[in-house]
Amino acid sequence: MIPPILLQGGRVIDPSRDLDGAADVLIQDGKIASVGRGLAAPDGAIVRNVKGKVVTPGLVDLHVHLREPGNEDEETVASGARAAAAGGFTAICAMPNTDPVTDNQAAVGFIVRQSGRAGLARVHPIGAVSIGQKGERLAEFGEMVSAGAVAVSDDGKPVVSSHLMRTALEYARTFNIPVADHCEDPTLAGGGVMHEGLVATRLGLKGIPAAAEEIIVARDVLLAELTGGHVHLCHMSARGSVAIIREAKERGIRVTAEVTPHHLTLTDYACEEYDTHAKMNPPLREAADVAALRGALKDGVIDCIASDHAPHAYDEKEAAFDDAPFGVVGLETAFAVAHTELVESGVFTLPELIRRMSTEPARVFHLAGGSLAPGAVADVAVFDPAAKWSVDPTTFHSKSHNTPFAGRALTGRAVLTIVAGAIVHDLDSTGTR
Amino acid sequence: MNASSTLGKDLTGLEHMTPDQIRLILDTAEPFKEVSERPIKKVPALRGKTIVNLFFEASTRTRVSFEFAEKRLSADTVNVAATGSSVSKGETLVDTARNLEAMRIDMVVIRHPSSGAAEFLGNRIASNVINAGDGKHEHPTQALLDLLTIRDKHGKIEGLKVCLVGDVLHSRVARSNLWGLTKLGAEVAVCGPWTLLPRGIEELGVKVFGRIEEAIEWADVLNVLRLQLERMEKGFIPSLREYYRVFGVTPERLERSPKAITIMHPGPMNRGVEIDSRVADGPHSVILDQVTNGVAVRMAVLYLLAGGRAELADAAKRGSE
Repeated sequence: MIPPILLQGGRVIDPSRDLDGAADVLIQDGKIASVGRGLAAPDGAIVRNVKGKVVTPGLVDLHVHLREPGNEDEETVASGARAAAAGGFTAICAMPNTDPVTDNQAAVGFIVRQSGRAGLARVHPIGAVSIGQKGERLAEFGEMVSAGAVAVSDDGKPVVSSHLMRTALEYARTFNIPVADHCEDPTLAGGGVMHEGLVATRLGLKGIPAAAEEIIVARDVLLAELTGGHVHLCHMSARGSVAIIREAKERGIRVTAEVTPHHLTLTDYACEEYDTHAKMNPPLREAADVAALRGALKDGVIDCIASDHAPHAYDEKEAAFDDAPFGVVGLETAFAVAHTELVESGVFTLPELIRRMSTEPARVFHLAGGSLAPGAVADVAVFDPAAKWSVDPTTFHSKSHNTPFAGRALTGRAVLTIVAGAIVHDLDSTGTR
Repeated sequence: MNASSTLGKDLTGLEHMTPDQIRLILDTAEPFKEVSERPIKKVPALRGKTIVNLFFEASTRTRVSFEFAEKRLSADTVNVAATGSSVSKGETLVDTARNLEAMRIDMVVIRHPSSGAAEFLGNRIASNVINAGDGKHEHPTQALLDLLTIRDKHGKIEGLKVCLVGDVLHSRVARSNLWGLTKLGAEVAVCGPWTLLPRGIEELGVKVFGRIEEAIEWADVLNVLRLQLERMEKGFIPSLREYYRVFGVTPERLERSPKAITIMHPGPMNRGVEIDSRVADGPHSVILDQVTNGVAVRMAVLYLLAGGRAELADAAKRGSE
């Protein structure tokens, strides 16, 4: 039996109940036992004074790449789950673009078992939409869901065929799972390596126009309307996409969307000097896009923040810009980047940020967590909102260090992460397990 | 202070150079022009220096021009082409760089299909790096020789109206020219089909003409860019024939201008596509002067980066007399 945990005197933020105030949180038998003032510690309980800290439901990340199976040198389920715990995440959803592709019951079950063995942040598998992510035949959604898949996606690439996307949205309704799409028209984006605009023109790099994303966003919204299915739009980057989603939500279409910390904080100017750590897909766009994405996240047009954690070996990124792979890691910087750039700057309140990083993503993928209501699963994070630190990739728990935020001074850090009532990350004493 | 610190370690592009640095190179090229006119075309300025010409892309004109420049300055040179070298066996650019560095070379002249490759190399090795064309980014020595040719022909650059015609989108020559010309006070325009003009180019302070007739009416100098034949296959233009009909620089079009417009082309030319033979071979063409100036400009760049002092360029070339 794991001992009960009493978190005393923290600021408790629970967006699921619009709660924000000083309280104790008692965790027992893997559940939230009670939240209130002056709670007594049961026998044998771990008692932690978290005065000055913030107690929240653990963060939930709908979009990570863990590279297992296939590229375990870059990340494994265990190393990704460890990085997640260190970042305050209690649940992460692993994209299926592994090698081989996670497109069947056995492959999904493997991720679930690796997650259980690691015993850190929960890792929920996302199954492929199509067999081998080839965009041709539907994978067995039902079998994958029964093995633990929480959504389907061909992320890494878009579902190009509109017919296949339609079929996937219709078929997914049976299992009440979202179809998560990487929105990119490959005929417009092909060969592009960064945002199409002035910076790309100056650097002589092939651009990816915002329209490459917006066209598929519009298509997916129309197909969701046609089918009644739930489409989840991954890593939105363009202001035009925001306008389309806003209108779709007003019309009651079942669409949800996510945005990454880097798309909320960086622009295409980060690609100057051919910095391959600023190479990601979709690309970093313009200041007007960043402003629109922040506004959309604030008012709920975009539902949640997701990291799109994409580990790559250091020597793969040490290449000419054209030759480097897309993607950056994010699990260990997501909260602090968002907290520093959105909360410290006064754009968001801390409860608003926690809603977008915990409660909402849990709701979008129908996951346990995202709440501190008594009886809820005890997935909890404790943050020190005043902790100042600077990003040193060599200290990451992730096996990969490809971050665009290296050296950046940030404020706010996870000090304690609890999954199912057990401590999996403890910055103050033992470190991350 | 030596000139190496004046220019910096590498020449990767003109975008971040100052007008004075550009003028220094052009002025230093002047005395080197004469070396190529001698019966014995050699001066000892770079004696003992080792230079690698690292060409990851096919090139005849630029490679030969650099090689002549190096040899006329008495440097020891080695040519490495992508085919048949370790590069074609999958070696990465960073490993290539480290291996060159380990051989203690003094300078690398690099041409590479990826934009930013020269800067990438320059940031990783102590040797001087000279960009001989990186992707669609820059081709600084080409722009410098273009500037020198314009200055020779018109006696100045400031105030001249120069239009870059054709495939600006994929052209490193266009980008380097744009920076060099604007820094030296020329007015710059681009002209071509909208499919071959990059997004946001107006924001760089250039005029944009959608029709060649408008460009001809405006310009003192036309720098006609090579149309890569693969652009047609990739759908940027429907046919070479139509390109010639709509954008070709022809005597008939030039006749409508009251000015004698100077005609330039970085080569290799597609006669009858972007430029009519009668124009390329005509009295206002300076296309072969560009080639001649290329050697002098590259000698100047090599000399200055190696630490030579501009005011000693004259003396340096006398060394063999």
